[in-house]
Amino acid sequence: MTRRWVDYLLLAAGFLALWQILFLLAGEHALASPAATLRRAGELLASGAFWKHAAETGTAFGLACLVALSSGLALGIWLGFRRLAGEVADPILGSLYSIPKITLYPLILLLFGLGLSAKVAFGAIHGIFPVAIFTMNGIRQVPPVHLKTARVLRLSAWQTAKSVLMPSAAAEIAAGLRVGFSVTLLGTLIGELFASTSGIGYSLVRAMDTHQVVEIMALTFLLFAFAALANSALLALERRVR
Amino acid sequence: MSRAASVRWLRVALIAGVVLALEALCRAGLVSRHTLIAPSEMALSLARLLASGRVAGDIRFTLQNTAAAIAASIVAGFAIGAAVHALPRLRRALDPLFSAYYAVPTFVLYPLLIVAFGIGATSLIAMGAMFGVVAMIINTLIGLDRVPLALMKTARVMRLGGARTMLLVRLPAALPTLVTGMKLAVAYSVIGVVAAEFILATAGVGKRIAFAYNDFDTRTMYALMLLIIVAVMVLNGMLHAWEQRLHRRWGRA
Repeated sequence: MTRRWVDYLLLAAGFLALWQILFLLAGEHALASPAATLRRAGELLASGAFWKHAAETGTAFGLACLVALSSGLALGIWLGFRRLAGEVADPILGSLYSIPKITLYPLILLLFGLGLSAKVAFGAIHGIFPVAIFTMNGIRQVPPVHLKTARVLRLSAWQTAKSVLMPSAAAEIAAGLRVGFSVTLLGTLIGELFASTSGIGYSLVRAMDTHQVVEIMALTFLLFAFAALANSALLALERRVR
Repeated sequence: MSRAASVRWLRVALIAGVVLALEALCRAGLVSRHTLIAPSEMALSLARLLASGRVAGDIRFTLQNTAAAIAASIVAGFAIGAAVHALPRLRRALDPLFSAYYAVPTFVLYPLLIVAFGIGATSLIAMGAMFGVVAMIINTLIGLDRVPLALMKTARVMRLGGARTMLLVRLPAALPTLVTGMKLAVAYSVIGVVAAEFILATAGVGKRIAFAYNDFDTRTMYALMLLIIVAVMVLNGMLHAWEQRLHRRWGRA
């Protein structure tokens, strides 16, 4: 355990060194130094304006997650049980997952206008497909014998879900939720970049337009730190259910 | 009719149904023309646009940059992945970073690339490669993990050197997963390049879409969106078919 922390520290040190070297090579117009970025990130964390934007992003992200995860799960469960529907839908879901949804931003803007609903929609269209695909595959992997046994034992739908489906499909579904979480965050932030007047994404666009290198780097750093922490937590959860 | 054939027919029918419903919705005027145009109209204006040659330069520009970004992310991703795979301690520390990478819109760093490389192809390629490379790294790691132990032992018994083991044993065994990585690298590189073109570029399909949007030119906008989506879907479908074939050959469908 301690060795692992030593590794993390070594990695962080190596990363900072590489960053500093790149900074010295590229100059302060292209890159902010690690020290300046971290200082600015600290200032942001202490400022009220940052947290107001973070709350906006958090609301949009929370709603987008709710939409993406619940409809992705529902769709995945349905397609997992209906074998024919699942087979028909499988490659369609794959294609929908792979299309560059960023090209759809004009459509989303025209449909929803600037604001919260556009961000939520953008986040949700990113997250729904991976969740549905992983859930469907998870349910399909449940051995049919187990389901038959559940029927023979006359388990109710809820009992079947709890004691037959969850144990064998949980790992796959948890992986889907983790991937869904990540891409929904990406989608929400993209939505904010192009279709919003508030939130972290909007702060980033403003920093981009006025070319505040330190601000861009500090915000990206904070986002990355948040994503990495949340991901590690979800990954730990996934290992527990496996 | 065999089951596979009926699945295929149902799929075609489903897609056709959705497109027709969209067409009917638009033709009936239930959706404003400024919001969405009918699919037939999109296809028609795309055909006209392609025939007029007005966007040929932009398409070539985007294609070249995307191809370069894809190539760079596949080569660099494999090299980095193989190197990290050889260093398990480094890998354990890097894992959470890799899996968090795609939750953050990396292209917010694009303006910094512009300062470093100027507005033009280099910045776009760098952006696309930055977006695609990590998918390739992750899948290279998974692929090399999955090389069956028996194969590695056989390589040792036959006293193959490091380079020959890589080329003759590990690479072919990891290929199915590597193709998955390539598929993702393609998808992500396109996103990186097009997103960067949206933000700032001198040419390219993404720039054209943004321009048409600001100009209320919905016909051009939807025509070009259709072009990108269809192009990515076709490419992705081809790689998917290859991937499936490889998986079948290795007996893990």
